[in-house]
Amino acid sequence: MALETAAVETAKHERETPIRVLVAKPGLDGHDRGAKVMVRALRDAGMEVIYTGLFQTPDMIAEAALQEDVDVIGLSILSGAHLAIFPRIMETLRTRGLDDVLVIAGGTIPEDDIDEVKRLGVAAVFGPGTSLREAVAFIRANAPIRHDAA
Amino acid sequence: MGLVDDALGGSVRALARLATHIENETNVAHAALARLYPLSGRAHTIGITGPPGAGKSSLVNRIVARYRTAGKRVAVIAVDPTSPLTGGATLGDRIRMLDLQGDAGVFIRSTASRGRTGGLAPTTSGLIHLFDAVGFDVVIVETVGIGQEEIDVVHYVESVVLVQVPGLGDGIQALKAGVLEIADIYAVNKIDLPGAHGTVRELQTLLGLSEHISSWSPPVVGVSASEAVGIDELVDALNRQRAWLDESGSLRTRRRAIAAMEISQQVQRLFERKIALQGRSWATDELISNVAERTETPANAADSILAHWSNVT
Repeated sequence: MALETAAVETAKHERETPIRVLVAKPGLDGHDRGAKVMVRALRDAGMEVIYTGLFQTPDMIAEAALQEDVDVIGLSILSGAHLAIFPRIMETLRTRGLDDVLVIAGGTIPEDDIDEVKRLGVAAVFGPGTSLREAVAFIRANAPIRHDAA
Repeated sequence: MGLVDDALGGSVRALARLATHIENETNVAHAALARLYPLSGRAHTIGITGPPGAGKSSLVNRIVARYRTAGKRVAVIAVDPTSPLTGGATLGDRIRMLDLQGDAGVFIRSTASRGRTGGLAPTTSGLIHLFDAVGFDVVIVETVGIGQEEIDVVHYVESVVLVQVPGLGDGIQALKAGVLEIADIYAVNKIDLPGAHGTVRELQTLLGLSEHISSWSPPVVGVSASEAVGIDELVDALNRQRAWLDESGSLRTRRRAIAAMEISQQVQRLFERKIALQGRSWATDELISNVAERTETPANAADSILAHWSNVT
């Protein structure tokens, strides 16, 4: 019991440092209002949000996530190409050793595709109408905690 | 193998993790910097500063590309402001540097100012040492967009470029103290806009009026980051200034000034963290009442707290 309390306290302590999030727009659609609303909401929730803009390839997303050492990647996609591009993104993240990063997605992803997207390793899908608070709460609850030695 | 060995061995992941530890001022960072600091001191450290929207990030994009054609490995530390209300930040400098993606000789790190108001973060100097130590030839620090006096960057790098744009004011602005005094090189960006050459002339006139206290006369370079105009001249000026530092013996003076500033910053940081850790408990209710009721001055109260601390530690 004491051990459990200690573990929770450690987690709480580490959470005193801001969660770092990369918000990326993979693929070829130019609709970035949703991404920008999300950037703003996460910033207002006390997170440090890196926004890389439109037309990102899987390599560009992985490289930015790697250098910025983000805890979370938010993918916003409205082109309908999610089942084509998400597998490549997840694969690229894995080959770069970023499999401990929490990946979530938003945009226009049909209900029928959500199971498939989650099978790829995307932890949650926040479609149109999601409350910002819900997305923030999910990130807070699921962002990974890392332990390193110098 | 720990993070330091991995980072020295070329692991980008380890390098990025160490940067996070430094930003978070963890014990891991403390131990890592103890090993890395002795390896630093080889890179050319450059600060790029100027008002918001002057084109600093776009200019960094061009400068880095120019250094890359010369075979130099470059790290960029791009600082953006932290919200004083929520602690959150939007880090958007990277979006201007997309040309540099996919180049293994470039590492870009966005970092939030985390409460510091001088244009840098409290831990920016630690990041400079990290990238220097792992072997980047050039380390560029892009500050928060600054006003008239947020000039911390001057104290932490060897070369400072102040980016100006036309239309920000007349020659009287240029006479004011502060940011316009501090640069080693002046870059007037958006040189294609009307009035830009007038801004170059005003700066040149102002700099010509100052009494030279060193043998380096800061040049004024007209550039256009969007059109890639004047970039060679700007990087050439940076190289000449760095060579001048070496040849004139000023490098040693400058590095001593940087060292002195970093020590005093660390002392200040220790106090800040101590205060933050103790919350308000460092000021007792009695002390607060005394100051509020004017029976003691704030300065006296501070003195007694400091005296108490030096007894404890």
